[in-house]
Amino acid sequence: MRARKALRGIAVALAGALALTACGGGGGESADNGPAKLRMTVWSANEAHLKLFNEIADEYRKSHPDVAEIKFDPLPFDNYTTTLTTQIAGGNAPDLAWVFENSAPDFVASGALQPLDDTLKKAEGYQYDDLSPATLKLWQNDGKLYAYPFSTSPFGVFVNTDMVKKAGQKTPAELIAAGQWTWDNALATAAAAGAKSGKAGLVIRDFDYKGWDNLSTFWTGWGAQAWSEDGKTCGFNSPEMVEAMTTLHKATFTQKALPGPGTTADFFAGDSAMTVTQISRASLLKDGGFGWDLVPLPAGPKGNYAVVGQAGLGVMKKSPHAKQAADFLAFFTNPTNSAKLAQFFPPPRQSQLTAETLAKTNPKLKPEQLQKVVIDGITNGVVKPSHAGQAELSQQVRAGLDPLWQPNADVKAVLDGVCAKIQPLLAK
Amino acid sequence: MTQTDTRVGPATAGPTPGRARPFWTTRRRDQLTGYLFITPQLLGSAVFVILPLVLVVWYSLHEWNVLAGTFDFVGTDNYQALADDPNLGAVLRATGLFSVGLVVFNLALALLLAVLLNQKLRGTILFRTLFFSPVVVSLVAWTIVWGFLLQDNGGLNSLLDTVGVDGPNWLRGEGTAMLSVIVVQVFKNVGLNMVLFLAALQGVPAELYEAAQVDGASRLRQFWRITVPLISPTIMLTSIITVVGSLQVFAQIAVLTQGGPGTSTTVLVYYLYQQAFQFHHFGYGATLSIVLFAIVLALTVLQWQMRKRWVFHES
Repeated sequence: MRARKALRGIAVALAGALALTACGGGGGESADNGPAKLRMTVWSANEAHLKLFNEIADEYRKSHPDVAEIKFDPLPFDNYTTTLTTQIAGGNAPDLAWVFENSAPDFVASGALQPLDDTLKKAEGYQYDDLSPATLKLWQNDGKLYAYPFSTSPFGVFVNTDMVKKAGQKTPAELIAAGQWTWDNALATAAAAGAKSGKAGLVIRDFDYKGWDNLSTFWTGWGAQAWSEDGKTCGFNSPEMVEAMTTLHKATFTQKALPGPGTTADFFAGDSAMTVTQISRASLLKDGGFGWDLVPLPAGPKGNYAVVGQAGLGVMKKSPHAKQAADFLAFFTNPTNSAKLAQFFPPPRQSQLTAETLAKTNPKLKPEQLQKVVIDGITNGVVKPSHAGQAELSQQVRAGLDPLWQPNADVKAVLDGVCAKIQPLLAK
Repeated sequence: MTQTDTRVGPATAGPTPGRARPFWTTRRRDQLTGYLFITPQLLGSAVFVILPLVLVVWYSLHEWNVLAGTFDFVGTDNYQALADDPNLGAVLRATGLFSVGLVVFNLALALLLAVLLNQKLRGTILFRTLFFSPVVVSLVAWTIVWGFLLQDNGGLNSLLDTVGVDGPNWLRGEGTAMLSVIVVQVFKNVGLNMVLFLAALQGVPAELYEAAQVDGASRLRQFWRITVPLISPTIMLTSIITVVGSLQVFAQIAVLTQGGPGTSTTVLVYYLYQQAFQFHHFGYGATLSIVLFAIVLALTVLQWQMRKRWVFHES
């Protein structure tokens, strides 16, 4: 009798567990009958960004009474993807979501996102063919587009020209004019400016000796790659990577051109002579702060190159309002709204990738800066490293690279160690 | 006319033959009241403790791909993966190191502070408040501030620099990173154990010390022979709380080191978080949480059993 009662109790608990599992894994598939309430997760809480998004959403809702609300839900940048997947696991998936380029393979290949081709192609006046094929590559699978690359943002070098001039160095603009804008010269200039000012030389923003994928802005100049094109073979111990990382190690610990590990320096607060970052950070420049310039990445031993960061916008397949969400995405990214978004996010539309168009919405940047850094960068750039299972790979690479950030590190041995760690993951 | 005295029940008068015993006896009413009082707690435990435990076991038998929306039964595969996990040894080592370091530093410092602040001197109230105040500060805010202090060019090294010492890069060295995380955590919570020890110390009868002084016992001998045995129940309590707390450390690791350098500060809870929420291995994360539960349970039971050996008295 007692055993029967115990069994009944376990059965009830398991039934509850199953019910909760269904809720957790299912993710709200039941469609509401009333007007849809859409939610889009974003990683920007910038007021100007949200104001523009809300203006576009309000305009959409005027002609779409079936959508009662469109809410933009900013999640913290640092834990964006983790928070997003936790929301999905908890059955609270958004209808639309921004996706980082490093998560693109996971989101696109898993089937989490709804294909967008048909909706976008059918949208009135959308001009689907205007989208640059190069910008779509990361977001396609089996010929279908799973996210719209709303931002393709090249990396450039912001320079504190006041600090460089005070150190008696040629400015990057002068070095470019002389055909001498190379990493060797850039690091020498940064080291001199840092030594003279007592501040930092060059900061690779968001790297901080942890976010190693930002180093692709550096090692691509040596022709190095984190992994092969097919993603199966580790590239960290290639001769090109060893050479690039040896240069970076010397620049950090011998030349002191970069602030060492555990030292923070914010270029936009005037703490460093140069920073490698994306043009969207231009908004952080304060009027009357210091003289500055934006120039392309320096040439490496393999010549000129460009690196871009991308962000996609997709519709979650499990959204109960996936149809309305896709329709809103088409409106949000149509030529008119794409031009508005271009002031913050370089668009994938070829017709809008002109210095004249971008200059209208990027008042802080000169047309030649936009041409050299943005337009040429998008046209010729390679995207930052991305791979299926990127989070696990990223963690393994981070842990493997940690011994490199010591003054007496054996660069080749450390990079061999990185490959030993990640090769099994790449081979999966 | 006679009146039945209901206060004198069957217990004293005995059951009247042919008359049914009343259902709502005093005993039953008391029992019902007791059950009603504990019902909210029982419901809370069932919903927030028992059910999640069952769920975690259930999840550990599955592979749950959140993005793809699949939830497949894999049996004991996750437990096999646990046995084959090349990182698990390093993770358990880091967890053990953190726990031992925290327990030793925390209890020793808390007891030392409690003994010092138990003296009848001016200003002890102020110092007690100062040492207790970090307990009420937000954990994340506390950790972020310490993150700045422990930077290579941070406050601590600047301080060391003024006395001619070139401080290490605290959060970047394999040895110093773990030490830093332990120290940050010790300073955060030492006040709580200190207050508990203070309360225990004030419960030690003064006449025992007086008798010991008459017998010529030194201060140190008094401490080991009188103080420690009499506050041993509190030492027991604080050690259980600290050990359990040390095994659940997360925010400090996430903010200060993110498990690095290498895997030197990747403790079990942080590894569990990585596997489940960063790598999307929810089934494996559930399996790791069962390992954590088993460790906490085993250590608590062990400590509870050991009380018979070293706890002086128990009520």
